[in-house]
Amino acid sequence: MSGCSTCDSCEPSRSASQASVQLGFDLDVDRFDAVVALAGNPNTGKSTVFNALTGLRQHTGNWPGKTVSRAEGLFVYAAKRFKLVDLPGTYSLLSNSTDEEIARDFLLFGSPDCTVVVCDATVLERNLNLVLQILSITDRVVVCANLIDEANRKRIALEARAIEKELGVPVVPTAARKAQGLDHLQQHILEVATGQRVNQPKLPSLQPQLQAAVDELVPELLSLVPGLPCPQWVAMRLLEDDQKIEQALRDGSLAELVQRLSARQGQAVA
Amino acid sequence: MRMAASGSVSADDILARARTLREQLGPGVHDRITQSLYEKAVEVVSVGVRVTGKPKIDWDLLADKVLTSRYLGFPIMLLGLAVVFYLTISGANVPSNLIATGLFWIEGQLILGMNAMGAPWWLTGFLINGVYRGLAWVVSVMLPPMAIFFPMFTMLEDVGYLPRVAFNLDRLFRWSGAHGKQALTMGMGFGCNAAGVISCRIIDSPRERMIAILTNNFMLCNGRWPTIILLSTVFIAASFPPVWSSLVAVGSVVAIVLVGVVVTFLVARLLSSTVLKGTSSAFHLELPPYRRPAILRIIHRSLIDRTLFVLGRACVTAAPAGALIWLLGNVHVGETSLMSHAASFLDPVGHFMGLDGIIILAYIIALPANEIIVPTIIMGYLGAGGMLELNSTGELGQLFTANGWTMLTAMCVMLFSLLHYPCATTTWTIWRETRSVKWTILANLMPLTLAVLVCAAVARVGRLLGWG
Repeated sequence: MSGCSTCDSCEPSRSASQASVQLGFDLDVDRFDAVVALAGNPNTGKSTVFNALTGLRQHTGNWPGKTVSRAEGLFVYAAKRFKLVDLPGTYSLLSNSTDEEIARDFLLFGSPDCTVVVCDATVLERNLNLVLQILSITDRVVVCANLIDEANRKRIALEARAIEKELGVPVVPTAARKAQGLDHLQQHILEVATGQRVNQPKLPSLQPQLQAAVDELVPELLSLVPGLPCPQWVAMRLLEDDQKIEQALRDGSLAELVQRLSARQGQAVA
Repeated sequence: MRMAASGSVSADDILARARTLREQLGPGVHDRITQSLYEKAVEVVSVGVRVTGKPKIDWDLLADKVLTSRYLGFPIMLLGLAVVFYLTISGANVPSNLIATGLFWIEGQLILGMNAMGAPWWLTGFLINGVYRGLAWVVSVMLPPMAIFFPMFTMLEDVGYLPRVAFNLDRLFRWSGAHGKQALTMGMGFGCNAAGVISCRIIDSPRERMIAILTNNFMLCNGRWPTIILLSTVFIAASFPPVWSSLVAVGSVVAIVLVGVVVTFLVARLLSSTVLKGTSSAFHLELPPYRRPAILRIIHRSLIDRTLFVLGRACVTAAPAGALIWLLGNVHVGETSLMSHAASFLDPVGHFMGLDGIIILAYIIALPANEIIVPTIIMGYLGAGGMLELNSTGELGQLFTANGWTMLTAMCVMLFSLLHYPCATTTWTIWRETRSVKWTILANLMPLTLAVLVCAAVARVGRLLGWG
């Protein structure tokens, strides 16, 4: 939780009216209606999905203050402009590697309007770990079950509707290499990002003792840091003795991030 | 400390509350949360994913089941280690002798050349018996085993076995509070501790990375296992019938490696319950598919990147050390050389640890490079101009025995070699990686203390049992 400079870079105008000229051409990534984060395990074809969606309208740089590369792109669907932010490929958000911190900070404080979690359909079970962790941070999620062609070849059949029901968020099978299912994916992104569809994620149930401990910490956290997004998640990290979160709470940087976040959201509404 | 927000609760209150709750919940909160995620994932998949194809034999899975099995995993690892060492020891013998013969023949020619040019004795001595002989020793002792060991090790890496080793060892790392990926950094340390320390960058958590850096020294590096191999062969194995000797030699090398591994876990546990408090962080280790090794790439990577790199470094340090040894042996104060003075001064310390003054002196001189320890000891015993030219290991055994060595001495030297302190290059690398003088000092003092304690204990017990 290092000062979440990650959010500074998503500050630029959320409304299409404020055209930025700094990039020129058509790849004006700084003009958009919604921010979409692209998360996923490594080796799931995440970059292929990113490229298939954004085409040439992308640019790369670094995450502020980090040496991890950051790619952003733009796609237009149903006359709306979506900024797609490619998060580092991670297996989890629970250990403290730089990659995981970047992804986690962006999900917590970058306030993406929708998060697409790219999964490898041939080993869905392994990938669901990250999906479930992201669901405990944000409910604005679309699961993209990629490499579905390969899964079919291995005679693995995904029943998207059934998985959707179990998770409480849309599940879209895709084969990004062959540009299959992308339309469908964009449609779901649109629905989730604009709030046409409100997900009701089904999180794994915690052991009663653990749940009780979380419930006890949540109101205290909210009274210390009003407006804290997903206090349950923060409470769980504290129970796990997550040093970074403890530090962020102690030195007030967590509160600062929340303030910046709400200031930005206030702006967007105004 | 500044308050994050006005309100009745402070951050410290919450943290204190969380700590109490954590204590009530008992250990393994992280694991319990992770487990709930996995259970949910299994549930989702059981509802939504159907595998309709006939299950073909999944060779990867089968291999994983055997190689990472609860019962077979460790024996297979040990067997693999023993085979690698056996091939290295038995394969390196012949080329080692050939190279030595060649290099010492060149030495003879060089001396003749120097004499023909009318060079004074001390210049010839310094350059040829000192610098050149130091280099020749290092090259002939180190090159063949490295040229065999590194490709084999790289091959294990290339076929995908190393991640399985990391998987097997994970439980032990968890017990010791270290990171499971440390197994990979330890693997690197087998080659060279400096490289091992650099490879600790793959561990993200600073606490666990520090543990991995501080304990990498206990992985027998390339500069040290010639010593171990030599002493195993000369002392331990020689007391067994010839049929068994190479097996016994391999056995004692493996035993020393295992002592190093056990010490690593114990020290990691000690560190993570004292100065580096905390528990292991969870991590994902993807077991990559097994691959057919790319032979050419392996040879290139292991010979160019590793063998020549390590050898080059050894030569750079061996040359000045050779010169220093020669000077110590030839500069006299009163009747005796500087080396004898230093050795008799250090004798009591050495005796305490089951060693002697010359051995201690050799370890001090060999700080830049562990490779030259045995050559320095030999030279110390010969007491005269330059390191010895050795034709057989038998002669070496006789020389050591004549200087009061016993089985116990050999054991203590091997243990001290395994434990003592990292070489100068590694120390410098530790400083560069940690940017902390404090940790760098600890990285030297901690193993030294351990080495002294272990050797002293072994010497004491050994003497009580009448081994030496």
